[in-house]
Amino acid sequence: MNKHLLSIHDVTAEDIVRVLDTAESFREVGTRVIKKVPALRGRTVVNLFYENSTRTRISFELAAKRLSADVINFTTSGTSVAKGESLKDTALTLQAMGADAIVIRHSSSGAPLTLTKWVHGSVLNAGDGTHEHPTQALLDLYTMRDRLGRLEELRVAIIGDVLHSRVARSLSFALVKMGANVTLVGPPTLIPPDAPAWGVEVSYDVEGVLPKLDVCYMLRVQRERQRQQYFPSVREYSRLFGLTRARVGMLPEGSLIMHPGPMNRGVEIDSDVADLPQAVMEEQVTNGIAVRMSLLYLLLGGRPEGVSTDE
Amino acid sequence: MSDAIRFRGARVVDPASGRDEIADVVVARGVIQPPDAEPKGVTELDCTGLILAPGLVDPHTHLREPGREDKETVETGCRAAALGGFTAVSPMANTEPVADNAAVIHEVLDLGAKAGLCDVFPVGAITKGVGGEAMAELGEMVEAGVRVFSDDGHAVPTGRVLRNALTYVRAFEDVVIAEHCEDDSLAADGQMHEGEHSYALGLAGKPRESEEVLVARDIAVARLTGGRLHLLHLSSAGSVEMVRRAKAEGLRVTAEVTPHHLVFTDADLVTYDTNFKVNPPIRTAEDRDALRTALADGTIDVVGTDHAPHAVEEKEVEFDQAPPGTIGLETALAAVLTHLVEPGILSLPRAIEVLSAAPAWLMGAAEHGGPIEPGRPANLAVFDPAAEWVVEPPFASRSRNCAFNGTTLRGKVVHTVYRGELVVTDGKAQR
Repeated sequence: MNKHLLSIHDVTAEDIVRVLDTAESFREVGTRVIKKVPALRGRTVVNLFYENSTRTRISFELAAKRLSADVINFTTSGTSVAKGESLKDTALTLQAMGADAIVIRHSSSGAPLTLTKWVHGSVLNAGDGTHEHPTQALLDLYTMRDRLGRLEELRVAIIGDVLHSRVARSLSFALVKMGANVTLVGPPTLIPPDAPAWGVEVSYDVEGVLPKLDVCYMLRVQRERQRQQYFPSVREYSRLFGLTRARVGMLPEGSLIMHPGPMNRGVEIDSDVADLPQAVMEEQVTNGIAVRMSLLYLLLGGRPEGVSTDE
Repeated sequence: MSDAIRFRGARVVDPASGRDEIADVVVARGVIQPPDAEPKGVTELDCTGLILAPGLVDPHTHLREPGREDKETVETGCRAAALGGFTAVSPMANTEPVADNAAVIHEVLDLGAKAGLCDVFPVGAITKGVGGEAMAELGEMVEAGVRVFSDDGHAVPTGRVLRNALTYVRAFEDVVIAEHCEDDSLAADGQMHEGEHSYALGLAGKPRESEEVLVARDIAVARLTGGRLHLLHLSSAGSVEMVRRAKAEGLRVTAEVTPHHLVFTDADLVTYDTNFKVNPPIRTAEDRDALRTALADGTIDVVGTDHAPHAVEEKEVEFDQAPPGTIGLETALAAVLTHLVEPGILSLPRAIEVLSAAPAWLMGAAEHGGPIEPGRPANLAVFDPAAEWVVEPPFASRSRNCAFNGTTLRGKVVHTVYRGELVVTDGKAQR
């Protein structure tokens, strides 16, 4: 594994299998009464979040704590950043305090890579602009493999605002790397023009795609995109691309409905669809902790015996 | 005090007279002397292996004064220019306050004269406050000496204002309207050229068409008005093709390209290095090659540095928060020599023409650009085409945001003669 996780391009297919396998053993930790192993005792993990985030930040915090690392949460409101401190100065400060890993979420694409110029520790990209969100992709892969038993030849559609989605990018790259068949679906204005170069299919016809899927992966569609004229109205978007109750019936038996959250119920997904048993959003969240434990453990080179040691 | 100097045995490359030969050049009392002149107290400078050319002329500079003296002043910018072999620069109007009236023009001229390192030919704003709406008092600025008007940083937003400006300046001799062609609605929020690399980096892109739609509009309005249009820093192959056709048609259209658009491609942005963030964006290898061809065949007339200094703390930030621009005065000649002359894309005389004679003509800088003949003002650059160096800060410029940082270039200015005086000698500024 590389020292940093900035992009899915940083990891090989073998790395991904290793991350998922390691996560498998960490998931068991989450089922114990005492949900903690000493693998990263004495190490410091900083969560540096320039964008609001609930699930990703808490997930990373829990992951680091379950590995016994010291965790510092650095959000931008009410801190030196709110006083106008630059990313560079914040990085140098965290560096001086001895951060072993920095988990960064930022609205600017490339901020995690820029951060690596100023810090010695590992940098984990927790979502940067419209670039990538590799840990989300890996937890999604974990969930698919866990539920369906494989990734190779899996048929996955990623439906929604692909153009602005770092999740869609990382997930597509990771799935293609693992031999899955990916189809991007959405209005043509929200499909990246270079999508064919990703090794994926593109379709504008949700109902044509649904019957051939193992996984129907819905993306959040921000109402903001309507104001920017990417589509004429939320109503029309839902009509053409939303996952309605009727459309769920077109999915093959045993297929999964996934969503990285937070959902816009009534826009990309009907409210009662989100609550169906085949919709595995809560599992994604649970698995996210194990996958992030695995990543922190592998990137920081924790002691292998930490996994099996009860405390 | 002017120097009496004999530059002995240089290769004199002077496109204005067509000369390219080994010769002595003698300078005294601020002007070129006959080669056999023996002025009193003459200093001999051995120039064997060096090239002597008319002083370079930059038609597109940002000196940031008045307003952002933390980034550059007229003096520091002129020193950078002199070290780069330039004897004349044209600072753009987007200062704070904007150079949209004679008072600011006079201030910049005075600061240039005080620095005494090169001639300064300020560009005036086309519209008040470069706001794109109300025409500035162009006539007053023409009286103050302005020959080129531009709202550089942005295009004139409406065809009507551009039409009026191009028509209005026909009242004055040889006045040029220079356009920065980017359609803000198509380029909106764009951080780099839109294509494979912008998609991979997750950065919002500016398609070629954001430049081309305005090049097309501007050429059409130039045809409508008969006005003299100059297109700044072209970046796309499609723009070049339109200029080629406009020239074939006989329209009064000229064009510029920057060294960074001639050298780099969008693949150079993969590390999110903000020194490559420029407007218009650096595009693909195909675009770069089209720009090179166009410069060689005369479709593009001049090289302009678009020297755009920015403070370190403004550039050492997240890519989408950095201001656009790279400095270029100290690297322009070496970049052109290394990347265009050495590989045989431009002849050396053509390189000097696009860096000196042609921009001097464009700006109406009659004392610059050659010919190097007895009686002419002595504005000269002497450089070593073989001297290899690695570009790195510090620079004479007050800023260090240079796209060429870390690269190796060949070609180093040895002497710069401005109005007969050695303002740079042995590669060092003398004031």
